[in-house]
Formats: sequence, structure tokens, C-alpha cells
Amino acid sequence: MSDAQAHAVGTGDTDPGRSAVPTTSSGPGPTSASAQVVVAATDLAATVADQVEAGGRFAGLVATARPDGATTLQALLVRAKDVAVISAALPPGAEHYPSLTPTVPAADWYEREVHDLFGIVADGHPGLDPLVLPLPHGTVRPRPGGPGGPGRVLHPDTAPLPAEVAGEGLFTIPYGPVRSGVFETIEYLVETFGEDIPSLRTRVHYKHRGIDCRFGALGLDDAVLLAERVEGTASVAHAAAFSCAIEQLAGVTVPRPAQLLRVAHAELERIVNHLDSMVRHCEGAGQAVANARLSTHKERLLQLRSRLCGHRFGRGVVVPGGVSGPPSWPVDTTLSDLERLERAVRSDVGALMVTPSFLDRLRKTGPLPPQVVAEHGAVGPVGRGSGLAADVRADRPANPYRTLGFEVAVARDGDALARQHVRVTEVRQSFHLVRQALDELGEELPALRARPGTSQHAAAGHGPGHEWWTPAVPGDGIAVGAVEAPQGELLYLVEVAGGRLARVKPRCASFHNLALFPAAFQGDIFTDFVFIEASFGLSPAGAAG
Amino acid sequence: MPWVTRGLSDGIVTTRYPRRPDGYGDGFRGAVRTVDPSGGDAEEAAAVAAVCPTGAIHVDRAGVRLDRGRCILCGRCVAERPDRFAFDPSPEVAGLTRASLVVGADGPGDASELAEARAALARRVRALRRSVHIRHVDAGSDGAAEWEVNALVNPLYDVHRLGIFFTASPRHADLLLVTGVGTAAMVEPLQRTFEAMPEPRVVLAAGTDATSGGLVHPTYATGGGVGDVLPVDVWVPGSPPSPFSLLHGILLGLGLLDDRRRAAGGTSSGGPR
Repeated sequence: MSDAQAHAVGTGDTDPGRSAVPTTSSGPGPTSASAQVVVAATDLAATVADQVEAGGRFAGLVATARPDGATTLQALLVRAKDVAVISAALPPGAEHYPSLTPTVPAADWYEREVHDLFGIVADGHPGLDPLVLPLPHGTVRPRPGGPGGPGRVLHPDTAPLPAEVAGEGLFTIPYGPVRSGVFETIEYLVETFGEDIPSLRTRVHYKHRGIDCRFGALGLDDAVLLAERVEGTASVAHAAAFSCAIEQLAGVTVPRPAQLLRVAHAELERIVNHLDSMVRHCEGAGQAVANARLSTHKERLLQLRSRLCGHRFGRGVVVPGGVSGPPSWPVDTTLSDLERLERAVRSDVGALMVTPSFLDRLRKTGPLPPQVVAEHGAVGPVGRGSGLAADVRADRPANPYRTLGFEVAVARDGDALARQHVRVTEVRQSFHLVRQALDELGEELPALRARPGTSQHAAAGHGPGHEWWTPAVPGDGIAVGAVEAPQGELLYLVEVAGGRLARVKPRCASFHNLALFPAAFQGDIFTDFVFIEASFGLSPAGAAG
Repeated sequence: MPWVTRGLSDGIVTTRYPRRPDGYGDGFRGAVRTVDPSGGDAEEAAAVAAVCPTGAIHVDRAGVRLDRGRCILCGRCVAERPDRFAFDPSPEVAGLTRASLVVGADGPGDASELAEARAALARRVRALRRSVHIRHVDAGSDGAAEWEVNALVNPLYDVHRLGIFFTASPRHADLLLVTGVGTAAMVEPLQRTFEAMPEPRVVLAAGTDATSGGLVHPTYATGGGVGDVLPVDVWVPGSPPSPFSLLHGILLGLGLLDDRRRAAGGTSSGGPR
């Protein structure tokens, strides 16, 4: 048995408290217990296929380089009560394993990513094209998890993609990397006759920042700051998912007030992200007034967040073990500001959802059939818009979602309008959750009702022994942190060895769902592009890594 | 209520910045400033510098210097060393030279170098003062910076009132606004966008990532900001840079800040408090 295998077994079996289901839930909200299974690399595809057959949802494939040159492949499977990690070791020098994609198509992009970062080939994969890092053949690969990394800048091969389909009158539009307007960088290669789009391919490598390797160079305290910057529009979710994994490894429970404050920030983040998607819809549909109104509400919510914690995106709030401190704005004032904003959002969104010229652009646009979504295991509003009722907050509810009460928003039609309906419902629920969380905080800790800077407010206190955080020192092992980010389920695979972070792998909903993007173009025309993209609501930063 | 009356129902919500200060200062972290920039012994110097996760703090015998171009505003220095650092609520943090972003002991860089940069830029941009078109390029941001850039056209900031517009084509653009760490794959698209722009042109590095690489740099895929790829004229720190910081940077780069304030009878200092 190689070291890598021994390590993986060790993390599962040595600690009696962590045998089959090694960890208990804690943290911001939903966390996941993770069970670990070790198989031979040749059996990985079959084992994963069996798990999917048994009702598991394939949620990612992660590779980790070991100091001795070996590589561990870890498949993530979301089951009813936990996330299973199925590990297989490849000895040093081994560069092949049987591909998962023929039996589990959702593994497609993950195997391409592993190939880009490690040079490891999935035998039998239908098309192992570069995705996140197109390197010329024979270049050294970054191999995250291993010692150091390449130590120099790797220059990607940026040659344009060859055309995929041929025919008279067919032309290719590379939409990106520099796009028309203020967008994140991504390249869509659209092949079209002018209206219909028979082929669409996505390349995300322009934004690839080597986040995986950067995590390996950081200490525990700094890693949470990097997590906030993996997908900057979902900073709170990322910090919470990372912290959740660390808390499992440390065996600590987050104090209730910190859980509540995390929920308040996470749900505010969801509201602004959903509003952003709606603003982009309005922009595309030429709804100038709705666009102006909703972008004003979004801005006011960002300002409210900055009053609450000093940062418009909630950075610096979530730390492993809790939150960094009490809210920096009186809870009562926040609640009344929030009530005003909620009324305004509800009124404008309500008007938008009965405006025919808006609805007509979304209805039957970008349809995703339920079977496609179910087979891929799409997450977030993309999955829920096609009837897949998966939401970490309800599926694996940890405190405080368990006590606050929450119902999954689902729509059946699978089009952009269905995804919009999901977001409308979720915005309403999120306002409710923020209110409940802040109400309870104000009741438990009346000092938070006072203005910051006063002595009553100071009594709310900082630091260990108070309500805001417990020290979280992780033991060695592997844990999977999970939260429902605005884009969908966010998983953090965290491995600690010898007290340092051996591997941190964020599995962003943006990466998982973006693979499904071309599937939404069945029968749609070029002018629908903006709606399909906005209704997916993904961040290229999260997808590129 | 029909949309047309809905659109009028809140009156004017737009800030009057830069003619008048804005009220958006409450709890806002614009930047970090040094409270006590005096130096210390070697042990103290090492302890103070070690607080920062991005190496923005430099301490020697001359004193404490903080490079806002490296600062990601995590607030760790303020929390751990309130005797030396504090948050500054003013979002007016942009600078015309990289050195001018360093605050603390010795002041903000070399004054003559800064004056020279300001004069050279003013000569170049004279033709752009009444109408400016901006082309944005993301060179590896975390996604938040694009939200902040987009916010500039929402009714609260509404930069159209200042003659500032966003354009899709680099051929129509006067100002190149770059976000992100400068990934290896974006070097070529960035340079091509820049070369497609007509003269005179201004380059603005938006955010700490674009300025220095921030916390993400160094990796095998990143450069330390976009300064090595493009001739940057304006540096706007921030993680991400807030809309007011961006607006301040754009106006500073075009030499419009002082004019606008003089026209309003205001002063040339003081932020949107």
C-alpha cells in the first residue's frame, strides 16, 4: 500500500470517533459529515457508478499530489445524510486510470481539470480537451498538494479552438475573453448560422489563477481570506464552507450567536446575488426602470452589509470557529433598514413578474429538461428550476437552519423563467431568515441593540469565552464542508496533515453548473444568450479556479 | 403602479460626489492608515510586519510604512495592533504613482515624482475632459470587482452625469480599466485591447489584485498585478475597490477632481464623508 493510501485509510479508521461517519455537524448552517472509502484506481469508476446507482449524486473529482510523487484521486458523492469521499491512489509515475465519464457523464469537466493540473489521463474519456489550463504538451504540471508547485509562471497555449461543426453559411463567433460590457472574463465559442446555435463551447482558462496551489502555500489563518477571494461575489459562503471543514476536523461547535450572524450574512449575500441576476435580466429585456430600481436596491443592500461588518461583500466576518466579532451596527436599526428594503424589493419584483414584455423574454428560454439536470446533478437555482429539490440548507440542515425553518423553492418548467421564479421565492425566504436571525440575536444579546462605540455595545464582547468564536485547531484528516452558496451547493474538501493544510479544494457550483450551459441552447437563438447566462447566475472566477 | 411612476417615486437618489461630500462613511473601510509610524527595535519591527498576510507592512528604523497597493483590507493589523493602525473611512485612495500608495513614515512617496506624473498625465488627457469612454477588462479578478465597476452606472452613482460612459469597443475607448491579478492567459488579450485603443489613452489598475497581485499572487498562473503588462497611470487599491474609490480614481486620472470641486466652491481635499 502506498503512503497515499495509508494516509487516506488512516484518516478514516484511526480515530474511533470518526469511523464510518467520522464527523458531526457544526458551523454556519448546513455542514456535512463525510464518510471515506478507499478503492483501487481501477475500481474507482465502478464504485462511483454503484454509488450513483444507489441514489448518490456525483459532486466532483479532486486529485491531490503527495510528497512522494504519488497522486490520490477523490470522488465526492453527496448522499442522503453525508458526503462520501471515495479515494483511489495512483503510485508515483502512474498517469492513467479508467475514466468515470462513460458511466457518470457529470465527471467530464472534472477529469479534464485533473488532466490539466496533473497530466493524469482518464482512459476512455470522450474528449480530454484543455479546460482550466491549456499547457503545451510535455510542460511540467502544477500538481496541487505536492511540494512547492512549478515555482515559475506557466504560459498557457492560447491557440483558438478549431470549428466543431461545418456547413454552408456557418460561422464561428468567439464571444470573449474580452466581452462587450463589464463582465468577468470567459470565452464562449459560438458556432451559428446567424440565429440557431448548433454548437457552443466554453473556455474558462483565461481567469485561471492557480487558487489550489496558493491554498497550499498559506497558513490556516490566511487560508480563510483566500477562500473569500475564490469567488468574490460569494465570499461569505466560501469562508463558511472552508470554516465548516476546519470545524469538523477540530471537533468544535460554533456558538449560537455566531451561527445566527453567519446566517444573516449568508442570506444577505444570496439576496444581492439573486438581485444581480434579475438586474441582468432587466438589462437584456430593456426594462430600464426595473433595471434602475433593482440595481438601486442591490447597492443599498451592499451598503447595509458594509455598515453591518465594514465590508460590502461581508469579507472578514466568518472565521473558523465562529465569526470575527459582533455586528458593527445596531441590530434594531439594521432591521428597520431591512424592512424598508424588503418592501421595496418585493413591490418592484412583484411588478416585474407581471410585466409581459419581461416575462416573454424568459419564458421557454434556455430550457433544461429535468432528466438532463438530474443526470448531471445540477445544483442551486439551475437544478431547482428544473425540479431538482436539492438545497444544502434543507438536505443536510445544521443549526441554525434546522430551527429557523426553511422550505426548498422548486419550479418545474426548466426555463429561464423557472429559474427566475426560484430566485424570487428565495429572495423572500432569505429576507425572512435574516430577520429571524437578527431578531434572535437582539433578544439573546440586548447589548447589540445599542449603537457601536457605546459601553453597552462593548459589553457584547470579543474573543474566546464570549459568544462569537471558539478556537478551532484542526486535527489531521479529511473533511468536506458544505454550504448553499447563492450559485448553489458549495463544497470544500480540506485535508490537514501534520497541522498544515495539505489540500484545500473548493468545489464551486459555478464550475459544476457551467458544464451544463451548452445544454440550455436547444432551439434557442443568439439573442437569448444574455438571459440564459443571467439565469444561470454563475461566476467565471469560481469556475476557473 | 406603472413603471413610469414607479421610476419617479423615490425622487433623486444620486450622490452629489465629487461636488459635495457623500454621507456614505458609516463603518466603511476605505483604507488603513498608520496611527503611530515610529520605528522600533528589530523584534517590534518583525512583530508588526508579521501581522499582515500580504506583506503590505514594512518596518525599519525610519518607521512603519503601509503599502495600500498590497493591502487587502482584512483588518488584521487594526484588530491586533490598534496602537499602530486604524481604518480610514475615506474611499479616496487612488494614486498616480505606485509609490504614492505607500503611507506612514516618510509620507506618501516622492512629491516631485508625483507632481511630474500628474503634469504629464494632465497634458495627455486634456482632450478627454468632457466625455470619457471606458473599456473594462477582467484580467483574473474574483468577480466582486466587476460588480463594483457595474455599480458606477446605477442611479446612486450614475457616472453618466459626469460625462463618463462604458463602451464595448476598445476603438472607442479612452480609458482602460483593468481588474484582476493579471493572469498569464490574459497578458495577450490585455495588450491587444490596449493597442486597439486610440491615443491619448489612460490605464487604470482597479483593485489591490490589479495593483500588486494581493493575496492570490504568487502562483504559476499570476503576475503581480498588471503593472508589468501595461503602462498604468492610475492605481486604485481595494479588495474589491469600492465604487467611490473607482470614481475618485477615474476623476483623478482625468484631472477632473479639483476642477469639479472648485466649480462647486468646495475644497480639493476631504472625501465623500
